[in-house]
Amino acid sequence: MNTALELKNVSKSFGLVKANKNINLAVEAGSIHGIIGENGAGKSTLMNIIYGMHRADSGEIHFGGQHVDVRSSADAIEHGIGMVHQHFMLVPTFTVLENVMLGTEGGLMLRDGRGAALERLLHLSETYNLKVDPHALVSDLNVGQRQRVEIIKALKGGAKVLILDEPTGVLTPQEADQLFEILKVLRDDGVSVLLITHKLSEIMDITDTVSIMRQGEMVGHRKTSETSPQELAELMVGREVLLEVDRKPAKPGEVRFSAKNLGYTNAQGVVELEDINFEVRSGEILGVAGVSGNGQTQLMETLAGMRHLTSGSLNILGTEVTAADQTDPRIIRDLGVGHIPEDRHTHGLVLNFEARENMILGFQDTGLAGDGKLFDYTAIQKNCEDKMAHYDVRPPNPRLNAKNFSGGNQQKIVIAREFSANPGVLLVGQPTRGVDVGAIEFIHKQLLELRDAGCAILLVSVELDEIMSLSDRIMVLCDGQNVGIIDSAKADRQTLGLMMAGQRQEAAA
Amino acid sequence: MSTPTPPLPRWADLILLPIINLFAAFFICGLIVLAIGENPIEALGVMIKGAFVYSGGLGYTLFYTTNYIFTGLAVALAFHCMMFNIGGEGQALIGGLGAALASFGLGVYLPAPLAIPLAVLGAFIAGGIWGVIPGYLQAKRGSHIVITTIMFNFLAASLMVYLLAGPMLEAGQQSPQTARLAESTLLPKMADMLRPLGINITSSPLNASFLIALGAMAVFYVLVWHTRLGFNIRSVGQNQEAAHYAGINVARTIIITMAISGGFAGLLATNEILGFNHKVVLNFTAGYGFTGIAVALMGRNHPIGIFLAALLFGALTQGGGELDFEFQSITREMVLLIQGMIILFSGALAYMFNPPLARMIAKFVAPKDPANG
Amino acid sequence: MADFLYQLLLSFDATLRIATPLMLCAMAGIFSERSGIVDISLEGKLLSGAFVAATVAALTGSAWLGLGCAMLAGIFMSLIHGFACITHKGDQVVSGVAINILASGLTIVLGIALFKRGGQTPSLPREDRFTPIEWWGVDMMDSVPVLGTIYRQLISGHNMLVYVALLAVPLTAFILYRSRFGLRLRAVGEVPEAVDSAGISVTWLRYRALIVGGALCGIAGAYLSIAQGGNFVREMSAGKGYIALAAVIFGNWKPLSAFMACLMFGFLEAATTRLEGVALPLIGEVPTQLMLAMPYVLTVLLLAGFIGKPRPPAAIGKPYHK
Repeated sequence: MNTALELKNVSKSFGLVKANKNINLAVEAGSIHGIIGENGAGKSTLMNIIYGMHRADSGEIHFGGQHVDVRSSADAIEHGIGMVHQHFMLVPTFTVLENVMLGTEGGLMLRDGRGAALERLLHLSETYNLKVDPHALVSDLNVGQRQRVEIIKALKGGAKVLILDEPTGVLTPQEADQLFEILKVLRDDGVSVLLITHKLSEIMDITDTVSIMRQGEMVGHRKTSETSPQELAELMVGREVLLEVDRKPAKPGEVRFSAKNLGYTNAQGVVELEDINFEVRSGEILGVAGVSGNGQTQLMETLAGMRHLTSGSLNILGTEVTAADQTDPRIIRDLGVGHIPEDRHTHGLVLNFEARENMILGFQDTGLAGDGKLFDYTAIQKNCEDKMAHYDVRPPNPRLNAKNFSGGNQQKIVIAREFSANPGVLLVGQPTRGVDVGAIEFIHKQLLELRDAGCAILLVSVELDEIMSLSDRIMVLCDGQNVGIIDSAKADRQTLGLMMAGQRQEAAA
Repeated sequence: MSTPTPPLPRWADLILLPIINLFAAFFICGLIVLAIGENPIEALGVMIKGAFVYSGGLGYTLFYTTNYIFTGLAVALAFHCMMFNIGGEGQALIGGLGAALASFGLGVYLPAPLAIPLAVLGAFIAGGIWGVIPGYLQAKRGSHIVITTIMFNFLAASLMVYLLAGPMLEAGQQSPQTARLAESTLLPKMADMLRPLGINITSSPLNASFLIALGAMAVFYVLVWHTRLGFNIRSVGQNQEAAHYAGINVARTIIITMAISGGFAGLLATNEILGFNHKVVLNFTAGYGFTGIAVALMGRNHPIGIFLAALLFGALTQGGGELDFEFQSITREMVLLIQGMIILFSGALAYMFNPPLARMIAKFVAPKDPANG
Repeated sequence: MADFLYQLLLSFDATLRIATPLMLCAMAGIFSERSGIVDISLEGKLLSGAFVAATVAALTGSAWLGLGCAMLAGIFMSLIHGFACITHKGDQVVSGVAINILASGLTIVLGIALFKRGGQTPSLPREDRFTPIEWWGVDMMDSVPVLGTIYRQLISGHNMLVYVALLAVPLTAFILYRSRFGLRLRAVGEVPEAVDSAGISVTWLRYRALIVGGALCGIAGAYLSIAQGGNFVREMSAGKGYIALAAVIFGNWKPLSAFMACLMFGFLEAATTRLEGVALPLIGEVPTQLMLAMPYVLTVLLLAGFIGKPRPPAAIGKPYHK
């Protein structure tokens, strides 16, 4: 009965993309309400509309039964909405207290409100067990601590509705549990919590009610107690999903790629990878699991030559690479390593380039661009047309800029390019992030085909399911260290979860 | 912003939008002329006549156009690499130094067919050096190219004042300038070149450098869109991280780009020094380097566009000179004002007219469903 | 020795006079750049301020009106900058270049139209300018050795705008570090998203920073044309806006450090005029061009990380997109 927040027919477009279509949503006071959907389903846009960061093109927002025109975050805050963004909104050069004060300084001079703000901060931190030093610089805090600052910020004005956008992506399962405890306390205090996530388990564990989004639309509302992960998954993707991939046992051959005591320390002197050992054989997939931000990106980029390893060595198809070698992506590529980068928008594609230009990115010095000194656009066009046909890229238009393809088709362009080069070793990062379901199946099939053709594949993904269903062996990273490598047949969520939190296992492989 | 904007059709983006921006710039300038108490239409008429109609006017226009092509190409090449080269002014100045050194050092011993290319190369290399240092500092030391190139403009000016008033001062001269360059390194006037072919045009400063500018445009086109280096430059410009991923050496690409960009700017000296002044004088760059920014912006970093924009600015410069003779209260400095407005509208405010224009076109093209939501 | 000290004192005195417009423009640059807006248009605002101050003072006979209008002119130029790069998210450097060229053209065109003197404004009578203020007790202090001279030459005897500039520095620091506006300003230059999500308008905040900067540049312009000088001359800003920008960078975007940089650059220029043609022990005669180019050389070296490590505001130059 008591509705804290209600949306009626909210729509929002960006250019030609309809991010939200006629969304209706009602959130009970004093409940935890989940919003679930795939990446790109429009969850974040919707939350940003509620919080006033974006303005809806049409539709109504009601807070506590009252129609409100939310023009800016100031309006939302005034009506008791607090939000913890997926990307933290903190000023790293400020102290925790300064960050908390921002926007509610309590007077023209900082002196006027500092005492009261500090008191409020300590009170919140006490009540909800949000431990953090008010005078520490935010740049010195770790991710978990920063999230606590964000929660304090969201609660400081006495929020009635707290929105959390993908809050657990950066947390270990244990840290996530702590967060959920805090959320339960908040609920019992009468706060409505809106939890945005794409993880089914979180929805089942903690929410009271759940709404499901797909491609910008709200496709269902359920009581959590009356639904199942299977049903939610179906609603999310719009059809029955096979959570299992048809994978034949691997036939591993010779070792193609190995790391020995690999370490990487960044320019600021922070150790990001330490003492990593593994080997990948021809015809197998080694999965790399871990909470995001535990060194996966650094590992991929070090292996691909985009960062210089600072200790240990690599053996790539028989070539030894040590910290003394100034590697770069060109050298690694020339050794026969293909690389599907984790973030195709920043690394894999030049969005303002035509598809055909992207199809030779990284191969611009090879015959793909023409045999002579100048580019041969006939050959470049042909190359792109062939690969688009083979990998079913739609629309099959080589002259279209990469930014105008859907996420799945962009990823197919990257995959077409890297797979066609017949790499001896393939590094794959987040192959299906933001990709629609049809494309996911296709990509998974292609990966397994490549494996069976004898390629040695290293797969990094934050989706544990993906790792478990594709990998033959799984390496777990925590805090830049290899916690262990286990056979995927013996891996279950429980074991992997503990390993992701840093508990070492007896290496089973 | 609530209403979504449909994308602009290509023709509107490439032709209509620049024209609207240009019109807006002229409109505001017209208002200022009106406020001063003169007739803007009349002023425009005087400028057009001066630029194209009067005998020799076109020659002067193309002479200035040549300058703008060089600095426009310089800025545009750097833009393709997402580098903002505001240093065209300094690079052109040092280009003059390079041309002079080549002329004094080697030109005196060589016949024109050898000496001219060497002097041109001298201008290119010297300008390139003045561009490559900021490029290196950006690529390897992370100094911001905008600030560094601004500083290098001042450094070039200081250096030239020092050299022209000191070591390179022509004996017996009061005003800071060098002696006349070696005859064999001077570029022929266009009128003299065409006369043997039976074509008689009014003599003007227009000289063989114009042909070098046309050649530079062709080189620019092939370089940017048909070579591996061009692909690398554009990749680095559009997405440095993807370029790095693709095995492109980002730092080296930036450095090479700035070297060539500086070289293009340096070539301005072939027109002003080798083709016209025949000696190095103070401040011969006269703001062409800065206007190159406007030329590149208006020309959308494409040689054809750059040529048209350079022609416009060449005509403005030449036509603006006529204002001095015809009017009491408006002078050639009016052109500065127009330039500023053009940079403002076609650069900083480039997309101000985009959403309304796109909506209008959308309405016009598909009038059935104008409303959204 | 006494003569040397006296010469040094005069150099300091000249330093202060040269550094005054630099200080004002540098503080303007700090407001703008700390809010995340690149400001190479300091030069154009300075020039506009100088022109308007001299014009209004010449037409009305009031230096104060001249000063007020100069501030408005600076603000107007700032608003153009803001309209282009905040409202329409245009490129901040392009907009800055446009404003500098506009200012250069506009001041000459309007100057010729108004006064028909080739771009100059008429010379103002002394009473229409900001004249040096003699401090209380200068004559009395004269009897005190050293201190008396310092008091007369260095502390007393400047026009009001010099003192305004000297006050602007601690005031800027105070606003930046102690006030609500300053906290938000620093935040918006680092992480504008944080400011937006705290319910504060990024747009309005940045506009305010630019407005303050425009007013400061206007004062600096008035100093050039109706305090230090007595009329406006074409291009009279002569690169001072760029030197001020260099000082901002040199001072690592901090008011007090930028102030020191202004003094250093000012001293270099003051020393140049005194050292012209003088052979220094050990070094010999230093070319004046080298001395005058020192601010640029130093800034280039600093930016390249050869002297210290500059840390610009994180969000500088990037338009804010929601």
